[in-house]
Amino acid sequence: MGIQGWTYLLVGLSFALYIGIAIWSRVSSTKDFYVAGGDVSPLANGLATAADWMSAASFLSMAGLIAFSGRDGSRYLLGWTGGYVLLALLLAPYLRKFGKFTVPDFVGDRYYSRTARVVALFCAIFVSFTYVAGQMRGVGLVFARFLEVDITVGVIIGMVIVFFYAVLGGMKGITYTQVAQYCVLIFAFMVPAFFISFMLTGQSVPQIGFGSMLSNEPGTYLLDKLDLVLTDFGFQQYTSGRLAQADLFCIMVALMCGTAGLPHVIVRFFTVPKVSDARRSVGYALFFIAILYTTAPAVSAFARMNLFNTIQGKAYAEAPNWFKTYEGIGLIEFQDKNGDGLIAYTGDEATNEVVKIDKDIMVLANPEIAGLPDWVIGLVAAGGLAAALSTAAGLLLVISTSVAHDLVKRSINPNITEKQELLFARCAAAGAVVIAGYFGINPPGFVGQVVAFAFGLAAASFFPVIVLGIFSTRMNREGAIAGMVTGIVFTASYICWFVFIHPEINNAEHWWLGISPEGIGTVGMFLNTFVALIVCRFTPPPPEEIRQMVETIRVPKG
Amino acid sequence: MSASPHQAYWRSNLRYLVILLSIWAFVSFGCSVFFVDWLDQFRLGGFKLGFWMAQQGSIYVFVCLIFIYAALMNRLDKKHGVQED
Repeated sequence: MGIQGWTYLLVGLSFALYIGIAIWSRVSSTKDFYVAGGDVSPLANGLATAADWMSAASFLSMAGLIAFSGRDGSRYLLGWTGGYVLLALLLAPYLRKFGKFTVPDFVGDRYYSRTARVVALFCAIFVSFTYVAGQMRGVGLVFARFLEVDITVGVIIGMVIVFFYAVLGGMKGITYTQVAQYCVLIFAFMVPAFFISFMLTGQSVPQIGFGSMLSNEPGTYLLDKLDLVLTDFGFQQYTSGRLAQADLFCIMVALMCGTAGLPHVIVRFFTVPKVSDARRSVGYALFFIAILYTTAPAVSAFARMNLFNTIQGKAYAEAPNWFKTYEGIGLIEFQDKNGDGLIAYTGDEATNEVVKIDKDIMVLANPEIAGLPDWVIGLVAAGGLAAALSTAAGLLLVISTSVAHDLVKRSINPNITEKQELLFARCAAAGAVVIAGYFGINPPGFVGQVVAFAFGLAAASFFPVIVLGIFSTRMNREGAIAGMVTGIVFTASYICWFVFIHPEINNAEHWWLGISPEGIGTVGMFLNTFVALIVCRFTPPPPEEIRQMVETIRVPKG
Repeated sequence: MSASPHQAYWRSNLRYLVILLSIWAFVSFGCSVFFVDWLDQFRLGGFKLGFWMAQQGSIYVFVCLIFIYAALMNRLDKKHGVQED
């Protein structure tokens, strides 16, 4: 059985598993649909959160990004894990105690305002849609690469699967499918990592392996060797960084607070039975995420090393198969500048002949580069699909809940019955799948760029309002709305200015205080908090019952 | 502001938050951004210490912090009789 046979088999088996779970967990009430009945065990919720959180980008792109940016890549590693500390300490237990279904629910009730609810609602939908389009695109790409079907067909297959379990099973279906998807994706990520680590260093645990000595050069540490060869050929040293510290700091804060403020992550902690479960469940979630996130930098270092060893100075005519495959689909470009028939891969533009290497292929091609058996490659495809589908489903649920619950039930017509609300939720989920699929097939140019900024926007809008809502009894409606609007307008305009209107001056020289558009959400967040605190001083305090509500969500009992 | 019945509980909670978040900020921004080059002069096996903190160590600390907070709060809940059930 070749690569394709194995891929079909493993992807088929995993899909059959997801559909089986969907049928087993059909739901009939809105509480089941929105928060899986509120009785998911903290461990299962931790697994589901991990799958929900780790998207196609974590699985496929992150290791590649780090491989080419070295130590600077840690902004993603820490930015996307450190946010869970904020979530566990500042948000999850209190929102669980609050005990409603969505983030706009909390904002609307805490700030006794329909305007605040609607602003939060549109932020939630906007963030979720930009995100989900990227996931559908990821599904299409994996299908196209491994099963050699058209991207459109790939996206449609993905849509059908997600449609099936999200519309039938709601949060309950999604939760238990995500548990299965976590197992598939972590297995698919770890197996090649173990193999490659063992081959390079004789140490099979990748976290230790990338700090070990090379098996073919005893006495030399892998990272030292990597630094040495990279600097010899004109690249940046792998273990040092070049980003300015202020910018690095801002990007990390934006990613952390953005992570903690993402609606599809927060909503998962509404599904556990108790406040103490919510606290513990975030810990499980981060533990399961950390397994992948501590392996990824090891995979990056191995991949960079292997890439270098397999192509540098080799004859182009004898280049490995994967090199030709990816060259064929335009992800690698080679120009024989000096006409000697050898591949020169260097950090100097004048002599470098590998003019393009797409970062995303590092995880996909890694098993091939290391010469691993075919079934491992099929496994990586199934893992990539699990990562993309689980995140897509979580986001679609946020969209459908926002529409059915926050918009229809709480803002337009409070008199609809539970059955009607459930029907609305299902239709909204179905509609969202179709729109997401459309964007996956015809990605508007801005999607890829916007996804990267969704964190900054979430950090600048939601995060301060929720934290202030819990930790300050004095914060009122006027302050919250003024803060949210300031934060999001400031951040969005800064991003638009540099990314869309004047991309030609998008560089450190022109950035305000040297902060890149990726990190500007941090400034937006501080502005938000500052404006909210000022406005709140000069406007009337919130009503007594709101003060009492805040007192109640601060303690688990009652 | 009128006295709340759970003021002592809340104050202890805030104290835990300040301590744990200081550790969080120290490992993520201190060790991994601002002092990373200084830490690189030390080694941990094949790793430079700063590099290891930035790509491995901080993540392990994050996981521990959450479980420590959960344990501390469970104890605090019991002490003040505000646990569920």
